[in-house]
Amino acid sequence: MKTTSSIAVTTSVQPEIVRAENLVAGYPGKIVWRGASFSFDPGELVAIIGPNGAGKTTLFRLLLGLQQPISGAIKIFNEPPKRGNPRIGYVPQRHVIDSETNVECLELVHLAYCGHQWGFHLSAKAGRKAALVALEAVGAAEFAPQSLSALSGGELQRIFLAEALVSDPDILLLDEPLSSLDIRRAKELVRLINGVVRSRNVTALLVAHDINPLLPYLDKVVYIANGKVATGKPKDVLTSERLTELYDVQVEVIRDSRGNVAIIGIEDHHGDE
Amino acid sequence: MTMGFSANLLFDLQQMFQYQFMQHAFEAGTLVAFVAGIVGYFVVLRRSSFAAHALSHIGFAGAAGAVLVGVSPVFGLLLFTSVGGMGMTVLGPRASHRDVQIGTVLAFMLGLGVLFISLYTGYATEAYSILFGEILGISSIDVLITAIAALVILCAVAFVFRPLLFASLDEDVAEAKGLHMHMLGIVFMLLVALATSIAVQVVGVLLIFSLMVTPAAIAQRLAKRPWHAVVLSVIISLAATWLGLFVAFYEPYPVSFFITTIVFVLYLLVRFFHPRIKSMKPAEAGQMVTA
Repeated sequence: MKTTSSIAVTTSVQPEIVRAENLVAGYPGKIVWRGASFSFDPGELVAIIGPNGAGKTTLFRLLLGLQQPISGAIKIFNEPPKRGNPRIGYVPQRHVIDSETNVECLELVHLAYCGHQWGFHLSAKAGRKAALVALEAVGAAEFAPQSLSALSGGELQRIFLAEALVSDPDILLLDEPLSSLDIRRAKELVRLINGVVRSRNVTALLVAHDINPLLPYLDKVVYIANGKVATGKPKDVLTSERLTELYDVQVEVIRDSRGNVAIIGIEDHHGDE
Repeated sequence: MTMGFSANLLFDLQQMFQYQFMQHAFEAGTLVAFVAGIVGYFVVLRRSSFAAHALSHIGFAGAAGAVLVGVSPVFGLLLFTSVGGMGMTVLGPRASHRDVQIGTVLAFMLGLGVLFISLYTGYATEAYSILFGEILGISSIDVLITAIAALVILCAVAFVFRPLLFASLDEDVAEAKGLHMHMLGIVFMLLVALATSIAVQVVGVLLIFSLMVTPAAIAQRLAKRPWHAVVLSVIISLAATWLGLFVAFYEPYPVSFFITTIVFVLYLLVRFFHPRIKSMKPAEAGQMVTA
């Protein structure tokens, strides 16, 4: 897996992980957002932010091949998205794991490695080794034999990250990994994700509600609201002028002395398209 | 039974297996316990015990209908539970939103079963054995049907084991990896339908939980690796069935009562004594072992 993917990346001159042009997304009869053009390069950490219901997860569904664009083009690894692409590591927002799920962590990561294969294989050695390596990469090797039900929210997110990394992907799609964490744990996880991105030269798209824990590490930001999409470097996108111009409503981007950002004026306008 | 229990276990077993109905009971009981333990693990993991419960009730209508037209109840069970299982999957594609749909179908099917029973002019014992199981009255044809169904289930589970496990534990990731949730949902329901149909012979429609859910629930509390849990679940249901049959040979009470009681006691023991060990930090547990 590793060798094929690294060859694919190194042979092209200007490798692009994702490119979208004039992309329109939604469902039959309902457009969620339109006119999105962006591209992500290898090793970029990208935040996808915006109000609830603005269509952040829709972007992931397009990239995973679970949903087709209404019009425009989207390519991942220079190909149209297709389901079951092993070069994509995915952490969904929704998980069925709860306090009753008495299954060891290693098993879940192991399933992400070979759970899509039919039939019966007696030897699981290679898969379990890969799962352990993935757990080590996120500093969670100690949790390998523990039950999923025994872990805290932050620990679980690390297991999910290992689950996404086990197929050695070139892009990570992380849907709200910070949402259930307090600010300290959120910052810890962001540092961990940033470390993974830099050390493996993997691209990571991270849907978040609050951009501030991410700001120190971000290469790009995708801001989705009111049916429109703004992308670019955080300092270019997150300005009052740019967002006001794009959304046709008065938007203010306020920065405090520590560099924290607050976007005011757009939250109460979402969902009317 | 008139003969007494002696201290010589081998002699007891020899005596017991002289009777063909006991041979049949052990053969069918073993097959049923095996598949119920395996399928039950997925029932518990997917939180689908209500669906399994409902399928057995749907099977009641099928079994009663089969008796009415004069064929073996197991055919009615197979037909109704398979169609019912598919129907439930089609009505609500996502497992978590199915309570109302399942309940609606369940109630209607029980009503239908009551109608069939009232139309049937034969003995009321037929209805009783469908509801509570009558493994001591099993025929060699029933054993053959049970064996074929068990073989089909085992092959199917071996084929879908990992994808079904993956889909049960992490639906969204499994879907992104290319697995079809709807198809796996249907396969799962058909497995439950098939397992339920043959398990009804042993414990009956109303007591299906004792073989399809309780052993797996106990196993899931004790084992963290799915493979271990499945093996443990099978061992528990096998032990309960064998022990139940053995005791019922000497005591004039129904086999299904003994089976349900054995698994219930086991469940209580695990439920109340095991969590204390599990909730301890690994370090403390280690000290416990060395102390």
